[in-house]
Amino acid sequence: MLKDITIGQYYPGRSILHRCDPRLKLVATIAYIVVLFVAANPLGIVLSILLLAALYRTARIPGKMILRSLKPIVPLVLFTAVLNLFFVSGQGEPLVSFWIFPIYAEGVRQAILIAVRVCALIAGTSLLTYTTSPIVLTDAIENLLRPLGRLHFPVHELAMMMTIALRFIPTLIEETEKIMNAQKARGAMLDNGTFTQRIKALVPILIPLFISAFRRADELAMAMECRCYHGGEGRTRLKQLRFTASDARCAVVLALALAVIVATRFFVPGWLG
Amino acid sequence: MSEIIRVEHLKYVYNPGMPDATTALDDVSFSIEEGDFVGIIGSTGSGKSTLISHFNGLNRPTEGRVLVDGKDLWAPGADLRSFRFLVGLVMQYPEYQLFEETCAKDIAYGPRNMGLDEAEIQRRVKQAAAFVGLSGELLEKSPFELSGGQKRRVAIAGVMAMQPRVLVLDEPAAGLDPEGRDAILGQIKAYHEATGITVLLVSHSMEDIAKYANRVLVLHKAGVAMYDTVENVFARARELLELGLSVPQVTQIFLKLRQMGLDIPTDVYTIPYAVKTIRRALEAKQKGEVR
Repeated sequence: MLKDITIGQYYPGRSILHRCDPRLKLVATIAYIVVLFVAANPLGIVLSILLLAALYRTARIPGKMILRSLKPIVPLVLFTAVLNLFFVSGQGEPLVSFWIFPIYAEGVRQAILIAVRVCALIAGTSLLTYTTSPIVLTDAIENLLRPLGRLHFPVHELAMMMTIALRFIPTLIEETEKIMNAQKARGAMLDNGTFTQRIKALVPILIPLFISAFRRADELAMAMECRCYHGGEGRTRLKQLRFTASDARCAVVLALALAVIVATRFFVPGWLG
Repeated sequence: MSEIIRVEHLKYVYNPGMPDATTALDDVSFSIEEGDFVGIIGSTGSGKSTLISHFNGLNRPTEGRVLVDGKDLWAPGADLRSFRFLVGLVMQYPEYQLFEETCAKDIAYGPRNMGLDEAEIQRRVKQAAAFVGLSGELLEKSPFELSGGQKRRVAIAGVMAMQPRVLVLDEPAAGLDPEGRDAILGQIKAYHEATGITVLLVSHSMEDIAKYANRVLVLHKAGVAMYDTVENVFARARELLELGLSVPQVTQIFLKLRQMGLDIPTDVYTIPYAVKTIRRALEAKQKGEVR
């Protein structure tokens, strides 16, 4: 059950998107999110979903992975959609009204747009984590944030923290399962009971888990010091990030596609806008 | 004696239906008599830990049945928790499960989950602490102030205090120095003798099993390779070596001596028995020379 958690889940492959420079992918993902909100019209949304579908195709990631990334946010999407449905007021007569909440055509439109947009947003960012391993991604973040180092922002430390955190997620999940089993063997009730009982039942799991996390942190810090770790200064990398010609081509294609989507906001008239 | 645990055609698969599905146990059947001290041995990945977490329902068999005290753990309507109190499981490195403010409170966690009254809980805590040699003064300390060996004792006492009818221990001596090792295993043996409950001891060390167990279950590649008395299992020392397991050093010496042509038994696995055998062989040899 804990194993099913998908944070920064990497889907190994050899597609163009997998091999693409992670910095480009990161920037493109951010651009994609911005575009999703700039091009807030039906045509723009449809085009951006088509673009996303094409990218998933290229990355050879099965459709069920998209569904898996969307599953956890279903409540959030429904919640925002319902809010929009009831609270967006439009001109003219309401379509129907429930008690004191009238529903306008504009509200329905907004609700659908918001829901689709949030889904596209999650699917888009998931594509980044599906095609980029967490370690490579942190590399890209460190690289992109490097200019901030001039302002004494601890870029390397931040990246190192992220790398370590990501590295230890599976380890801690495994640890949690072990501790849960140990306490279940002593009669802990984790699966049933009232809400307060369940919260109380977590104490025997959380305390050993925190202690072991601190112990691991201690050991790791010691091991790093033993290998003369002294921060990012003068540190070289085994794998250098390189922006190749094919990355440049990808960048151009993506930029054009995004530009077209943004353009829909200004040039598409009528109900589509 | 009656049967306390019965395993019938047990099969367990990790991640069934996934590309990385692995069969950890395949068609395992055996039964354990009440009051036995059974050593469970096998190389890494032979399914030892998977097997023992079936006895109290932490794992659900993919196929087959596990019966404790004649009752199927996974029968419809069966109360899994009652089996957890019947079969006490001490996991590997149990000191990592301690969480209470004082050792006494941590040992009381299991009994408290059983819903016992306070007087009975305190009685059991004292009794269990005495079995593992924890002094009253240690009981009032935080478990996190103790040494590794002491923490391990607290964790084992926490399971003993539930007074299970079967005590299962997964490598209780792992990572301890030889002295701590002998002390803990000796206490478990004494506990077994004092209470007469069934003990299952998972270990990598043939020496330990030879010293404490009266029966041995040898697991190999997800199945049972041997299940017999200690004498009979160590008499098959050659097969054990072929399974990639070691045999006690004494047994190895005796194997060598036999290869050199001496007429001695091969089921030698303890030092006192070895001494007796050698003495007898020497006497026989001297008699032969006299004659």
